[in-house]
Amino acid sequence: MPAMNLKTSELDPNDARRRTVVPAGDWWMAEIRRGQHLRIVDVEGNEAADTLFYALNDPRNEHYSAIDTTTRQGNVYLTTGTQLYSNQGHVMLTITADTCGRHDTLGGACSAEANQMRYALEKKPMHSCRDNFLHAIQESGYGLTKRDVPSNINFFMNVPLTGEGGLSFQDGISGPGKYVEMRAEMDVIALVSNCPQLNNPCSGFNPTPLEMIIWD
Amino acid sequence: MPATPIAESRVVHRERVPGGRYWSMVVRRGFTLRLVDTDGTANASLLAYNPTNPLERYNMADTLKGQHVSRLGLGNMLFSDMGRAMLSIVEDTVGWHDPIGGISDADSIHRRFGEARFQEHWNDFYRNGRELFLIELAKWGLGPRDLVSPVNFFQKVSVNDDGDLHYATDHSHPGASVDLRADSDTLVILTTAPHPMAPGPIYQPGPVEVSIHRSGPVRDDDLCIHHRPENARAYANTLIANCQES
Repeated sequence: MPAMNLKTSELDPNDARRRTVVPAGDWWMAEIRRGQHLRIVDVEGNEAADTLFYALNDPRNEHYSAIDTTTRQGNVYLTTGTQLYSNQGHVMLTITADTCGRHDTLGGACSAEANQMRYALEKKPMHSCRDNFLHAIQESGYGLTKRDVPSNINFFMNVPLTGEGGLSFQDGISGPGKYVEMRAEMDVIALVSNCPQLNNPCSGFNPTPLEMIIWD
Repeated sequence: MPATPIAESRVVHRERVPGGRYWSMVVRRGFTLRLVDTDGTANASLLAYNPTNPLERYNMADTLKGQHVSRLGLGNMLFSDMGRAMLSIVEDTVGWHDPIGGISDADSIHRRFGEARFQEHWNDFYRNGRELFLIELAKWGLGPRDLVSPVNFFQKVSVNDDGDLHYATDHSHPGASVDLRADSDTLVILTTAPHPMAPGPIYQPGPVEVSIHRSGPVRDDDLCIHHRPENARAYANTLIANCQES
């Protein structure tokens, strides 16, 4: 797997089935059918799209697995060609285009409690991706609970690892209009939190909108 | 560097977990769990849960990003998803334990080691990490939905600049040990199946000696609490969670 596999898409947003702008700090949940394509656009750049997938026919038992994805491809970063695996070893989606080049899946989501640990106990009231995830699954009617919120993908987020065992959150390598696109290999539920983090550079200290585009 | 000897009077339990098996227990606050890689070939794969609310559990991502590491060793803590310190690595003779390699399953064991069924091999049959975790989790009312990415003690997985994963063979050594201080009561689920990236073809997961001893007092200059400011805040959150203990 190359370090960065930049590839543009042939798909035209004018032909899309559905386009949705998700403001910073909001969540978006949608069913994506097998064969449909989902593009996530980093509209203004330097945003983080915290993303989970669930199998539509069994969301409580089959979901995206960060470690299955990284260990099966033998690489910790996501880019064009990466197959996104479930905890049951099935390919859920394949990344078909990527104009950013590299995405994280080890850094997890921000939460009120992780913000306390990372920044200050007083940070608890700040909005977070896990609050979005928990709110979304409680409202969704799929029967999901907190135990069904596993480690997620952070599209557009730059979390380099080092050979010495380091890991850091770095300023993004994304930019305005960059996107990542994936084809669903099974019917899935996509859950995206447009990251409201204000304590580190994952959203460039300025959270901005994402656009979700779905093609048949 | 050998592990610090623990006076027998402080040890409350000692047990040998063979390779390819499981173990679990609630390690109470004030006690420390020592894992010893007796033969130098063990994969002590560990998950941790809050026994009074198992929805709080060891969280790989928060543990890594909170301490800016993709490895664990002396001074690191295992953080829960609730911003708290569950287990602190207060002694360590290895220096690198793997939090990103995941869990072996039936397929990965079969691919690397072939098949050895109970029918022909009785209790020498091949086991995998997933089945062992599921069996042991079931005893605590937990299941596949609670199976998250574990810490694989005595194992090393590193990455190069391109992000390619590399498994280190012969990383540990006979008698290697790690001490995990319980900062809260912690349900520990341990399995000893081969690491998912361990090369074949010889199936020979090593045993782990498990012992529990009374922790020494947590001193003001505690190594783990002062390892990073994040650790101090996680520990402060743990003290809040424990504030009504007698």
